[in-house]
Amino acid sequence: MSLIEIKNLHASIKGKEILKGVNLTINKGEVHALMGPNGNGKSTLAGIIAGKETFDITQGEILYNGKDIMGLSVEERACEGIFLGFQYPVEIPGVSITNFMKTAINEQRKHKGLDPIPAREFMQMMEEKKKLVEMTTNLANRSVNEGFSGGEKKRNEIFQMAMLNPTLAILDETDSGLDIDALRIVASGVNALRSKDNSTLVITHYQRLLDYIIPDYVHVLFEGKIVKSGTKELALELENKGYEWLRD
Amino acid sequence: MNQEIIKAPRPREEDFLNFECNIPQLVTNRVVQANGYFSEKNSVSIKETKGFEDIIITSVLNSKDKYKDILNKYNIALESIDGNGLFIYIPDNKQVDIPLQMLDIIRANFPVSIETNNIIILGRDSKLKLIHCDDSVNNNKSVSDIRSKFYLDKRASLEYYKMENINNDSIISIDSEFNLEQEAELITFWLSINGGDIKNKLEVNLNGEYSKADLNGLYLTDKEQIVDNKIKVNHHKPNCFSNQLYKGILDDSARGEFNGHVYVEKGATKTIAYQNNKNILLTDKAVVNTQPFLEIYNDDVKCSHGATIGQLDDNAMFYLRSRGISQRSSRMLLMYAFCNDILLKASIEELKERLGDIIKRRLHGELSTCENCVLHCSTPDLAFDIDLSKI
Repeated sequence: MSLIEIKNLHASIKGKEILKGVNLTINKGEVHALMGPNGNGKSTLAGIIAGKETFDITQGEILYNGKDIMGLSVEERACEGIFLGFQYPVEIPGVSITNFMKTAINEQRKHKGLDPIPAREFMQMMEEKKKLVEMTTNLANRSVNEGFSGGEKKRNEIFQMAMLNPTLAILDETDSGLDIDALRIVASGVNALRSKDNSTLVITHYQRLLDYIIPDYVHVLFEGKIVKSGTKELALELENKGYEWLRD
Repeated sequence: MNQEIIKAPRPREEDFLNFECNIPQLVTNRVVQANGYFSEKNSVSIKETKGFEDIIITSVLNSKDKYKDILNKYNIALESIDGNGLFIYIPDNKQVDIPLQMLDIIRANFPVSIETNNIIILGRDSKLKLIHCDDSVNNNKSVSDIRSKFYLDKRASLEYYKMENINNDSIISIDSEFNLEQEAELITFWLSINGGDIKNKLEVNLNGEYSKADLNGLYLTDKEQIVDNKIKVNHHKPNCFSNQLYKGILDDSARGEFNGHVYVEKGATKTIAYQNNKNILLTDKAVVNTQPFLEIYNDDVKCSHGATIGQLDDNAMFYLRSRGISQRSSRMLLMYAFCNDILLKASIEELKERLGDIIKRRLHGELSTCENCVLHCSTPDLAFDIDLSKI
């Protein structure tokens, strides 16, 4: 059963076309990797799926659980189960992580017609998910991402993913700037959350992450289109041959 | 119809104490000036409160008669005292534990003008926490001219909260002067929550070495409101510290002005003076004019100033919304986060919470006019009357 179907997606920004007809289908329970040279549209695609408003969609459609989501706002898509792990997580001084998560969870619950999460259940959930990414900081006192190192920010993204339990997690260059230890923690967090009911789209420039998060399929986004798809061996091939090989 | 503005009449006695202004869970002693008039009866009950025995709270006119010696000690010209106003004197060594709330309420059924001149003196080594509120009781237009002179003697310490919540048709002009002697410490939290036209003039004279002034302010404006803050800190002596942190959120067609002046005299070596003004404009029509001004006549100083004018960060908004938080709630979170650090150094925890709550409500568009003092909680179980006799 397909979770997300992207059909012939064309998108531009300030008149410049970035996506030139992207086709991609992800089924429930699958992990897909999206690779490709920088500047070719990977983050653009991630942002568009999440509902970022700075792009012009000139053609194509995105179906999520069979439903066209083009008209849905950013927050509505999140409530539908889409989660974006940011390449550059934003620092928000003055908003505590605890407050942030509680607000997000409650707004999503409200969307589903549920009551706000009971305090104790919330605190237990926080403790449980913190362990998943080996986080020890007292999150009530920390502002979102403020003073976090690159690795801590990426772990915080996975922490949020664990708290929100999405059906489609798009991880945009989750491995960039991470050392081996941080990479291991992030990957184990992602793997722990995998189930047959959810899917993950791992966007990465390097093959290394895919040794830890083993994908079912690998796609290459090159000059705004997915030019090649395969299994995890494709990632190794790209590592050996480089992206220029795709031109042939 | 152009209504004439007349000088506000003195309210009935019962109207002084009739006003419900309680800060839930916070014990304060309350001094009320209604339409600029002070009720002597009110001060008697304060005096009988434990811890407030030696404190003098009376009208300025009365102080001219009874407390000439104190006025002379601080070089306050008797001829300058006239009309309405409060005289508050905290004796040397007196450290007041319970915060004192000075309530200036405006109560009239027609447009009125109000003028008061207050004198507040803190003796050597004394300590006071003062919450000073300006409130409109109803929607009638008022024009208030409030002048206050503060004298902090050596090593005195004052924590001063100023709350401005008057109706949208009213004008308030505040002129406050703080004079600090050696090692005196002043910290202020100036909150302009509501008002048609608010002009705050705040001048601090650091007259003694090692004195400190930490001035924090927040202005929340919408519609066509105007808030004008003119802050001046004069470093007359060496080794003094001052900080100005003012933040504002301007919505609709509101207008803000911030003039922050730091003056460092020639002999004022080892001065440390910081200044920062941050503004968020929520619409294209809101305007703020921010002008820092450093006038420095000594080389051995550490001074900085900064000003920002911006909108709510788009990236932060997208980040919050991508977690399922509605656009409205995301804006609220960011605006509240912006405002919140103004109260960071406030020491009265319950007041800090209450003020945080007021800021939240104001950002939600509530509190455009309060029937009672802005600090009055509309939920019955939170409001309670303080029985002064039980303190």
